Amino acid sequence: MAEEKEKQKSSDPVNSGSNREGLRIIGVPRRRVDGRAKVTGQTRFADDIFLPRMAHCKLLRSPHPHARIREIDTSRAMRHPGVYLVLTGKDLPVQYGILPVSQDEQALCVDHVRHVGDPVAAVVAREELTAFEALDLIDVGYEILPTISDPEEALATPEPRIHEYGEEGNVHKQVALEFGNVEEGFAEADEVFEDTFFYQGNTHLAIEQHASVAIKDPDGKLTIWSSTQTPHYLHRALAKVLDMQPAHIRVIATPNGGGFGGKSDPFNHEIVVAKAALLLDRPVKICLTREEVFYCHRGRHPVLMKFKTGVKRDGTITGVHLQTLIDGGAYGSYGVASTYYAGALQTTTYHIPRYRYEGCRTFTNKPPCGPKRGHGTPQPRFGQEVQLDKIAEKLQLDPAELRLRIVEAPNAVTANFLRLGTVNLTECIRRVVKISDWKNKFRKLSEGRGVGIACSAYLTGAGLPIYWNKMPHSGVQLKLDRGGGVSVFCGATEIGQGSDDVLAGIVAEVLGIDPFDIRLFTGDTDLGPVDLGSYSSRVTLMAGNAAIQAAERGKELLAEAVALKLEIPKERLRFADKRVFDSAAPENGVSFAEAICLAEARFGTIGTVGSYTPPKSPALYKGGGVGPSPTYSYSAAVIEVEVNSVTGWVHVPKVWIAHDIGRALNPTLVRGQVEGSVYMGLGEALMEEQEFRRLPKRLSHALVHKFPSMLEYKSPTSLDMPEVVTELVEDPDPRGPFGAKEVGQGPLLPIMPAVANAVYDAVGVRIDEVPITPEKVMKALAEKKAGREPRFGPDHFPQVKWPEALRVPPPWEGGDGNAVNDADREKRRATKEKVLAP
Amino acid sequence: MATIPVESQKTAQVRFTLNGEGVDVSFAPYKTLLEVLREDLGHTGTKHGCELGECGACAVLLDGKPVLSCLVLVLECSGKEILTVEGLAGDGRLHPLQDAFADTGAAQCGYCTPGILVTAKALLDANPHPNRDQIREALSGNLCRCTGYLQIFEAVEEAMAKIAEETKKSH
Repeated sequence: MAEEKEKQKSSDPVNSGSNREGLRIIGVPRRRVDGRAKVTGQTRFADDIFLPRMAHCKLLRSPHPHARIREIDTSRAMRHPGVYLVLTGKDLPVQYGILPVSQDEQALCVDHVRHVGDPVAAVVAREELTAFEALDLIDVGYEILPTISDPEEALATPEPRIHEYGEEGNVHKQVALEFGNVEEGFAEADEVFEDTFFYQGNTHLAIEQHASVAIKDPDGKLTIWSSTQTPHYLHRALAKVLDMQPAHIRVIATPNGGGFGGKSDPFNHEIVVAKAALLLDRPVKICLTREEVFYCHRGRHPVLMKFKTGVKRDGTITGVHLQTLIDGGAYGSYGVASTYYAGALQTTTYHIPRYRYEGCRTFTNKPPCGPKRGHGTPQPRFGQEVQLDKIAEKLQLDPAELRLRIVEAPNAVTANFLRLGTVNLTECIRRVVKISDWKNKFRKLSEGRGVGIACSAYLTGAGLPIYWNKMPHSGVQLKLDRGGGVSVFCGATEIGQGSDDVLAGIVAEVLGIDPFDIRLFTGDTDLGPVDLGSYSSRVTLMAGNAAIQAAERGKELLAEAVALKLEIPKERLRFADKRVFDSAAPENGVSFAEAICLAEARFGTIGTVGSYTPPKSPALYKGGGVGPSPTYSYSAAVIEVEVNSVTGWVHVPKVWIAHDIGRALNPTLVRGQVEGSVYMGLGEALMEEQEFRRLPKRLSHALVHKFPSMLEYKSPTSLDMPEVVTELVEDPDPRGPFGAKEVGQGPLLPIMPAVANAVYDAVGVRIDEVPITPEKVMKALAEKKAGREPRFGPDHFPQVKWPEALRVPPPWEGGDGNAVNDADREKRRATKEKVLAP
Repeated sequence: MATIPVESQKTAQVRFTLNGEGVDVSFAPYKTLLEVLREDLGHTGTKHGCELGECGACAVLLDGKPVLSCLVLVLECSGKEILTVEGLAGDGRLHPLQDAFADTGAAQCGYCTPGILVTAKALLDANPHPNRDQIREALSGNLCRCTGYLQIFEAVEEAMAKIAEETKKSH
């Protein structure tokens, strides 16, 4: 598919955009097309929608972390003045979930609540406060069940089960994959390192609280506006739970007031307002409180991990064995994917000839974890990069030099069969080393000051859709108007990252018009072709490539008509400055609007489509669907810290980061993504944590969120943000639109380990877990002072009964991407074919 | 329930100046300024992220001073002047802060932007030439989750320069 597209582009005779010369818009810093709306307060977020007769919905949530629902009496609430409707679980019993393998949620719990905040009933009333009042009038009888508070407890406590599915007991998912014999790798090594790390969970904290408004259309169909990153998947979930034809459901993703992964699941509140609107035949809105947003969560999984790595004296890695124990919270969410992701991308940065991964996700009675920026990969990235720092020290190598020696090659197929694209990690490392003056700082700054380095890679879009199919991952339709306007229709969802601007910039570049001449209709399942959603850093590459294809097709029609009119070969035409003209005699031409009229007179109404499907992955083994991507971005960061040895406070004065982006489509937005990632990474490194505590025994002793508020959940403010020096490495990747790779998530990944490594350089203590709080620094300093191991971090990795690993010989051992010991291999292939059959 | 249900409560009335125009509004007396602006006066430009005074998204100017509208009761606003993001532009053009925020990438998702814009305006009104630290300080109550703040600081500085230039010209 990608090759076809390449061919098509290169054979295109009137190609001004994708030959990557003379670009007018791409690569030029400029105001985003939706900038004016944002600075005038006119961007319409979901909660900004007010409709006539609109009612308000609130959810009654479980005060218990784990309980059976014995009875619910809603009669008092129903009688409360101003209440229109009360719903309970039996009104919406159909199970759903984002992944086909984890359909484990109910919009309102029917008989089992699994975390504090799990919804059990909904009230719809004329006023929002009335709905709040009526929640107090619902009587629920609970039978309290034992609480499972963390993965070790989950492993030790198979009963009661939080869910009736999964591997066994409270183990949701186990993964065991081996690519080459790691034991042989360790035997070959000069040194073998074993380290355990812990990465605490944290949450997205988008400033916009989730909101949705649903209506029954005049024709009886359903429309819902929602702050969702994935309107297409919400569309599917609504059709399933409401048992409606998808054709009768319209999902409009309003611009998200920040997403970061937190609005990627279909949510119970969305389904509830949809149901209520249909029943009441009036608009129904819900906007979650901040506390409720903490219960929605789907944030970073807490992960305990053990890295065993063998290296030669020169730094060459001979084998890596990674084990993870993952706290999934109360539902599946994206967790199966997260479990695979935690082991998938280790091989994309450095050459690892043999690799073994074992991952275990357990259910616990806490809000469900899911995808947050970097989905599943920041945790093992932290472990890997901190361990490399330890390895460098032991081998007496500069950690930057060590990394330069082991960077994976461009276009390589890794041990776990991920096919890489361009890899400019070497250049990223060289740049940050240079601009940070690393060589004069590392191990040379005064006591209390230090620098650390770390690297990373990230997907540019998941190579496989969430439910298997052979259809495109993104589609774009264009309508060319006689007046010279162009309308772009695409399912892509604007979550602040600038997906609308990417589409406008690309189409404007190809057609030679101004981005502001373009009207965008995005995130609407009725208006635009499917785009799978704003997740996995996929939109720029996938919707962008679809937009190029649609625009090139439109351009071809215009060129043919204009060439006839000007009586010149169409190869000579150029599209620029809202004109189509003879490149040999620029005064000879027509306006863009005239070109459309000529084309419309010749061909009829002008509309074109484009679509994008990622290339096929060579990873054929079970689990090989997580990790493949058309190409990967690379980042390297150097961070300077000042550690106060009296208070333990870690101050970050400066960050240098280089990002291999392929090409920056709009450098203003790219810089924003890099700096925003650095910011969020610093929050994770130093302060952010989704923490829980037990209420006192005399109360319920329930496991509750420690601080479901923005005040107590610490995030960096304007006072905490350091200076950031960003370098973009631009080496266009042929798989990306105009060569672009992702930038929304990758630059977050090196931040946490770079901080940890810098703390070690500053005060000589290893903090093997995040966040690196003053308390942990003080404890490690005390250990150092007492002459013990100068470290704070987990002291063990529990016994896990791992399944037999699927053995997949890596490419250099003659592997074909399949597991040699998968008994179900042939059977699974057959099912896959069936699923994939058109 | 000891309290009177919401539905039985009487509305209150108040008159104030909103973005230069006098408005009369009748509203449920428990409502905050944020709620009345958004729900009763249709000014949805002002956002909310916590409704507890923690995030700064709902900042508006009350008699020129930034306040968190989620913590202000409307009854306190009688006779006062309120400025929201909708009132920043004038004479058919954007305020220099708005232009600068749009140009420099200071608004990503745009959700915290209205609160930050009015807070920055109050800063520049009081101190036309703040340094970077003063800008950081002034905006430290406004959380932004997208940008990492740096482009916001630059936007304020760019607007500051533009305003200074315009002021010079008009003298």
